[in-house]
Amino acid sequence: MKLAILQTKPRKGDVSSNFAQLGAAFAQLAAEERPYDAIVLPEAALTGYFLEGAVYESSFEASVLAQRVADLWHAAPGSGRGPVDIVLGFYENAAGTYYNSALYLSVGPASHEIVHVHRKMFLPTYGVFDEERFLSRGRRLQAFDTRFGRAAILICEDAWHALLPTIAAIKGAQLLFVPSASPGRGLSRAGRLESVEHWRELLRSYAVEHGIYIVYAGLAGFEGGKGMTGSSMLVAPSGEIVAAAPALGAHVIRAELDFGEVELARAGLPLLGDLNAVLPDLLFDEELVDRVTSRSAQPSL
Amino acid sequence: MTSALPVIDATVPRLPSLEIDGPLAAAWLEEFLRDELVVRRGIHNAVVGLSGGVDSAVTAFLCARALGPEHTYAIRMPYRSSSPDSLADAQRVIDALGCRATTIDISPAVDGYLQYEPEADARRRGNIMARTRMIVLFDQSQKLGALPIGTGNKTERLMGYFTWHADDSPPLNPLGDLFKTQVWTLARYLGVPREIVDKAPSADLEANQTDEGDMGITYAKADGILSLILLGYDDARIAARGFSLEEVALVRKRVDGTHWKRHLPTTAMLSNTAINEFYLRPVDY
Repeated sequence: MKLAILQTKPRKGDVSSNFAQLGAAFAQLAAEERPYDAIVLPEAALTGYFLEGAVYESSFEASVLAQRVADLWHAAPGSGRGPVDIVLGFYENAAGTYYNSALYLSVGPASHEIVHVHRKMFLPTYGVFDEERFLSRGRRLQAFDTRFGRAAILICEDAWHALLPTIAAIKGAQLLFVPSASPGRGLSRAGRLESVEHWRELLRSYAVEHGIYIVYAGLAGFEGGKGMTGSSMLVAPSGEIVAAAPALGAHVIRAELDFGEVELARAGLPLLGDLNAVLPDLLFDEELVDRVTSRSAQPSL
Repeated sequence: MTSALPVIDATVPRLPSLEIDGPLAAAWLEEFLRDELVVRRGIHNAVVGLSGGVDSAVTAFLCARALGPEHTYAIRMPYRSSSPDSLADAQRVIDALGCRATTIDISPAVDGYLQYEPEADARRRGNIMARTRMIVLFDQSQKLGALPIGTGNKTERLMGYFTWHADDSPPLNPLGDLFKTQVWTLARYLGVPREIVDKAPSADLEANQTDEGDMGITYAKADGILSLILLGYDDARIAARGFSLEEVALVRKRVDGTHWKRHLPTTAMLSNTAINEFYLRPVDY
């Protein structure tokens, strides 16, 4: 599977210019001798992340966006040689309910199909973040089948909760897409922001624990003083970061994925199999069930 | 006979680290300036009011690195009572960078107004000088096709140690989330002349004035206390990390008494479409 991670740096409030940039990037990718199988973009890839009330006028119906992206791909010279799958973060208008979503789109030579739409479940609403003021929460984490293997999508804070990659892996995902828009902070370490370092530690630990590929696509560019940290990366099922983009600027990561690596990693470190065996005892523990379904769910000191 | 097991003591309570990596901070702030000026606004020139102090020196260095010295305009704006050392230190920055430079004496403008208010005390005079300098910076920016770049640091913003709608008025501020002690770290990395980094910081609005004398606490202590206040620590927990309760109280009083200085003016809300209350659009939209 030949994969591109397209680290975008959109212009806030200028969607048409951002589509034009995407068209230029598609043209670059489609011109390569060997075609890409998949292209992964960040959260809010075509609009910028911090939109406040402008999120409503910068949102798309999934089907409308899918058509527009497919048209853009078809317009790129060389794109007709085979199908390509595109993962793209966007603000979704679902009949007047708004979500922070990512779609998985399969584009054929003359047609396209929305394979899956993930709606962000954990909407950060603290500190610099204000998502739940403007958006509704997604209610389901689903794994889905692709041409290459089983996959799941987690958007940004979704992936800061270790439970979600775990559930995705239990549901069979071999490949996790993480579109993200992460404003950088923390200058104490040499060469890399603390917030980027945290992402790397989290994703490496998930990849190792579950023997899973993780494709992290980070938004880039400053938004009103807040620098989005790009740092797109591919983490192999061994936990090794096999490709990483810088924090600043637009970039493409080009990589090959071999799903045999997933099987080898799980054979060598069968933690996911062990978890499946023990999971019923954990899930149906009466104390846990009582805590998550009653008022005693509040953590006690 | 068995010997006792070695014991390793954890070092608590601790201060949060205020260490910053100079190259990382510089690269991040240069990109911030380029993105905000060139990419977003299509403006290639920056104007910095150069006081001779470390904040404006660091700002000028960052602008020169981000945009080039030929696109960085340093403006010195002495008043007749300003220290000659300030002018000389500002010259060291201009020489080090090879940037464009102008000196505009604000004395006639300030005195032109003060002739009607001869009894104005030092605070009023200082505010008038600061606001006059902003008139100059904005007008020079208009003339030069530039944007004025702010130089205020996080410590003075939190302590309210600035003139409202003067020092804080430029539309871009690279240093506003760095404590003063962190600005010094960045200054050393950037190669700001040592005379500027090592001297006692001063607003230079009155003779022999120093920031630490005005504030009643050193920057090192203020930054430690401020960093803990921002994290939500109470006074006792802050004091346990190496400060006196009096020092903690002094800093907290300054922070709590100046929240208004870190906001735009208070507007009476009368509708469901009040700007920045209901009608919410980001600054870069």
